[in-house]
Amino acid sequence: MKVTIDGIPVEVEPGTSILNAARQIGGDIVPPAMCYYSKLEGSGGKCRTCLVKVSKGSEKDPRPMPKLVASCRTAVMDGMEVQNITSPEVIEARKGIVEMLLINHPLDCPICDQAGECDLQNLGYEHGAAKTRYEFDRRTFEKIDIGDKIQLHMTRCILCYRCVFTADQITDQREHGILNRGDHSEISTYIHKVIDNDFSGNVIDVCPVGALTDKTFRFKNRVWFTKPVEAHRDCNHPNCNGKVTLWYKGEDVLRVTARKDVYGEVEEFICNECRFDKKKTADWMIEGPRKVSNQSVISSNHYETLHPLPVVKTNPVLKEANQEQFERDTRL
Amino acid sequence: MARKLLLEHINVPGINTFDVYRSKGGYAAVEKALKTLTPEEVVEEVKKSGLRGRGGAGFPTGMKWSFLAKPEGVARYLVCNADESEPGTFKDRYLMTYIPHLLIEGMIVASFALGAKTSYIYVRGEMMPQIRILEKAIAEAKAKGFLGKNILGTGYDLELYVQPGGGAYICGEETALLESLEGKRGNPRIKPPFPAIAGLYGCPTVVNNVESIAAVVPIINEGGEEYAKVGIGRSTGTKLISAGGNVKKPGVFEIDLGLPVEEFLYSDEYCGGIANGKRLKAVVAGGSSVPILPANLFLKTINNEPRLMSYESLADGGFATGTMMGSGGFIAFDEDQCIVRNTWNFTRFYHHESCGQCSPCREGTGWMEKVLHRLEHGHGSLSDMDLLVDVSKKIEGNTICPLGDAAAWPVASAIRHFRDEFEWHVTNSAEAVTRNYGIAHYADPLTVTA
Repeated sequence: MKVTIDGIPVEVEPGTSILNAARQIGGDIVPPAMCYYSKLEGSGGKCRTCLVKVSKGSEKDPRPMPKLVASCRTAVMDGMEVQNITSPEVIEARKGIVEMLLINHPLDCPICDQAGECDLQNLGYEHGAAKTRYEFDRRTFEKIDIGDKIQLHMTRCILCYRCVFTADQITDQREHGILNRGDHSEISTYIHKVIDNDFSGNVIDVCPVGALTDKTFRFKNRVWFTKPVEAHRDCNHPNCNGKVTLWYKGEDVLRVTARKDVYGEVEEFICNECRFDKKKTADWMIEGPRKVSNQSVISSNHYETLHPLPVVKTNPVLKEANQEQFERDTRL
Repeated sequence: MARKLLLEHINVPGINTFDVYRSKGGYAAVEKALKTLTPEEVVEEVKKSGLRGRGGAGFPTGMKWSFLAKPEGVARYLVCNADESEPGTFKDRYLMTYIPHLLIEGMIVASFALGAKTSYIYVRGEMMPQIRILEKAIAEAKAKGFLGKNILGTGYDLELYVQPGGGAYICGEETALLESLEGKRGNPRIKPPFPAIAGLYGCPTVVNNVESIAAVVPIINEGGEEYAKVGIGRSTGTKLISAGGNVKKPGVFEIDLGLPVEEFLYSDEYCGGIANGKRLKAVVAGGSSVPILPANLFLKTINNEPRLMSYESLADGGFATGTMMGSGGFIAFDEDQCIVRNTWNFTRFYHHESCGQCSPCREGTGWMEKVLHRLEHGHGSLSDMDLLVDVSKKIEGNTICPLGDAAAWPVASAIRHFRDEFEWHVTNSAEAVTRNYGIAHYADPLTVTA
């Protein structure tokens, strides 16, 4: 099937969603997704950040779709034409969605463990306004411990339901769901029942924000000061293949996460033993440093600019004045 | 007086019992359909009648039925949506309370037409008396051989169940209703697939409003073409309107579609005019979700034609100067009512009833409610109106289900038509707490009331 997204044609299998077709093209035209998770069946359609405009339905029925559609849950049709970043309507709607997602978010990034690898932070940076128009008290919740390794801070939650799908699909019994409705909704284990399962730690990885955090890592470090390294071990758990990312600070492994792809999705879920208990280099076979996008704050490891501005390089007066800075930068 | 098709025998004592209902010609449609017609012919009659869904959207019922997928060996379901929770609408409750057998009869005919062997009536949880009435009616019909195995010896089997809901507005949305019926959290599903392809338990399902199903009975009795003669244009048949607010005679009325709104509002047969000799200020024509209209725009369209109670005429002028038929929850406001307070009240309802699944509705309804609360209590600012319009635009059309639209429309329309009243609430905040704005330039265009 041929589908055109922002003027770029791509051939995809029937049944592919618009979002996945866009991911096959890659680059800027991929709609952001806060709730869709390709590994989780039934996810998507909730956050509405991936809304796109279908300007031509298909070859057979060229009428445009009347409303913006959620690209993660809309299958492509042959000859479909989709507008994402080329449609002002989509940009405007997305800006609205980001604003809605942020009105009840505490914006406590300076003390949030997720900062630096937070989908909402990235989304807000790309699409959000600098100031909020919301002048009321934000919704707040008490922190809840889900087991001794995971902490749930509902105040930060954007109700993407990813963790609910994870708990439903990778574990045997249903222990975790949504209580209440509307903006009072909260993720909860039923009457704070502890999720006790070998794979429960994966809810931390699928969380797009800092609502579910690893208690063995809480407040230990900022992610951009840590160095990600790919590693594996022979895990005894039958469903875990032990392929992980280790996050080092100096010689210490501060945390262990599953490996994530370019869209922040876990490649393979890992068991709790790998995640929480194996925090020594000796436990792991190191494969090498993890590739991190150079746009990510994690790749810079510090706050300075990596490269001197071009004007500094060419202007001899500025070069003289910035000699020390220039040498340090070129050495890097 | 126009002929009543649904409520003809409503005043007969004991019409809620099987015997009296039967003696008044009840269950004739079941006999006619099951004994003389094929399911396809029943669908064809409903198509011919031009019946449009009475639940709010106004989608042609016959078309909806013909979209039902019919794969071999897969069960099909008919679900009656009796989760009537729209503020201002109480027609289905009235129908189920007083003439429950009409709904049962319609269910049997409709299930036969769709080939459903099991059908459900999903009743809102607050309506416990109606649930008991329906269960009693089903037991009576079953005892007389109109339900169960081999109905009237025709070989058609049907089991009918009443399922109480949990009392959530969102479960009136058809896919949320199906989720709830399956025993899950009542969150709307993401469409497609539509229920006609994969509905209840993944099987093809039709979800219809109580009134739509009841209307099948006169359609079969009289024939689709005969039914289509009632009404005007594409709005055929009769419609139950639940009139409330400041009218002299609130209640449920059966009207022929195409009745002038002026007659409906002021004639003694229907609402009987505005109570206490007051003047009309505004009308919500079809339940809280539809845009509110000021009196002058409601009685006459923008082209100065008299407005009629029909799907097309009420929608005349689009959202700029028109409204919608909706579910027939007619609410009239007299000159003493405060539009800001009313809008806040509606928004508070949507905030409370939003399921919380998709972000624009979950966060936006709460935001609008807070801003309107502030305006109503005299702490607003002049920029709040633009903010509200902008927020409502960001919700509208961007949500999974129509609840987002339903929350956005009343706010956007109230500000569109009554902006000066909102501004007055800001500029005269102290006064706004103690008294209402009054009728201002939305004065009733009719000097003499009928």
